[in-house]
Amino acid sequence: MESLTNRKKVVSDKPMTLWEKIYIPAIVGGMMTTMRHMLRRRKTIKYPEETRVFAPVYRGQHVLKRDEQGRENCTACGLCAVACPAEAITMTSAERVKGEEHLYREEKYASSYEINMLRCIFCGLCEEACPKEAIFLTDRIVTTEFERDEFIYAKDKLVEAVDDRIDITKRQFTGKRTDK
Amino acid sequence: MDTAMLIEKSALVLLLFLISLGVAAYQTYFERKLAAWIQDRVGPDRAGPFGILQPIADGTKMFLKEDFIPAKADKWLFIIGPGISMFTALITSSVIPWGTNLNLFGRDISLQVADFNIGILFVFGVVSIGVYGIMIGGWASNNKYSLYGAIRASSQMISYELAMGISAITIVMLTGSLSLNDIVQSQHGMNWNVFYQPLAFFIFFITSLAELNRAPFDLPECESELIGGYHTEYSSMKLGLYLFSEYTSMFVSSAIMAVLFFGGYNFPGMDAFSGNTLAILSIAAFALKIFLFIFVIMWIRWTIPRFRFDQLMHLGWKVLIPVAIVNMLITGLVVAWNQGWM
Repeated sequence: MESLTNRKKVVSDKPMTLWEKIYIPAIVGGMMTTMRHMLRRRKTIKYPEETRVFAPVYRGQHVLKRDEQGRENCTACGLCAVACPAEAITMTSAERVKGEEHLYREEKYASSYEINMLRCIFCGLCEEACPKEAIFLTDRIVTTEFERDEFIYAKDKLVEAVDDRIDITKRQFTGKRTDK
Repeated sequence: MDTAMLIEKSALVLLLFLISLGVAAYQTYFERKLAAWIQDRVGPDRAGPFGILQPIADGTKMFLKEDFIPAKADKWLFIIGPGISMFTALITSSVIPWGTNLNLFGRDISLQVADFNIGILFVFGVVSIGVYGIMIGGWASNNKYSLYGAIRASSQMISYELAMGISAITIVMLTGSLSLNDIVQSQHGMNWNVFYQPLAFFIFFITSLAELNRAPFDLPECESELIGGYHTEYSSMKLGLYLFSEYTSMFVSSAIMAVLFFGGYNFPGMDAFSGNTLAILSIAAFALKIFLFIFVIMWIRWTIPRFRFDQLMHLGWKVLIPVAIVNMLITGLVVAWNQGWM
């Protein structure tokens, strides 16, 4: 077979030459290698003091967006739940009644919306499936908990606060879409 | 022996004891740091600035662990084992000349606890006893891994002590004395033995690694085969003593290598100084040499893998001993020629 890399090496069991048998050149070579590593700059990020810079496309905890007037974008169409390969999303829909126009953008909304963060694989397919620009993944990290129940995030944790918007501009697609 | 001398020697002994332990403690820290650097890690850096308090944290942890003695173990030997290891590791430092004479309170204080005229024999004798610590510990544990470790330690000791002794004899031939003090004084300035006996130094260095049970000769405690070797059953500060004695021996062995081959406390240009300045500079030079040896020993440990047991035996009996003997014979001939005996 044609070799795929240039690192292919033919192995043989021919007896060692004297030069190899005295070990010393090989040992000195090895020590030079370790010395190089010793003098190398450390790449470690000392976590509590330093934090890693996230890539703009980092996929962390989800957010359910509101529009400019503070109304929830989500219409509980269920496309995210269908798209979800881990089946982490569940929701129930409800019809908007009169007097709730300032809360929900369209006539239908999600009365409950839950993501199980232990099931979620942070693939971002929900975000891709969403036709209403309602769900986005952010650069926030899902925190650790002691109880499994606490990983099921409901609307209180997912929907952004009116006065504390989550910036998702880094994740919004700016190029030209060909498929939609 | 007058009272002042007694006080002076006692103070020196105490000081050496504390320094040996302190150096051993910080060797553990340095070893961990060095290992980390070689492996592109940071190493311990949480306890104090740069992790400088790590040895204290480690020691405290050791003390707080349960001191466990296996039911079928030989209780007294089990307790004595680590003690012997530590004792032999510490006692060797008594014959090493740590510097030129220091003048304090109008007295000329020799920085050597005991100037035996057989210093080098004393060192070899004590170092050989050191293996009893390992053997007794491994035997008393009543554990096959421990026993394997102990057997390996003793067979390794026998194989390497020969070559070590023969290579050290060349130094004795050159100096004409067994006293470590005479050996150091004969290497005044830059007149170090390593320039006359590079091969002997080389053999001595390799065999020292084997005597110390350091990688690549750490078969008595190789984790991958024998769990922990002779200290598998040990816990708490008994284990701590074993690990500690290894580091203390490393410190003392580095000192002995510096004494025998690298001029001990001698340093080039030492004639320009005198009195206490010279004493302090000589101590500093000696400390620097010891540090460099410790560094190289650790550097080797984190570079090369462990020998297989047959390779170890092959290297000891078929390579090092013949080479050491040939080296000794040639040295003997040259010395005899120079003395006009031939």
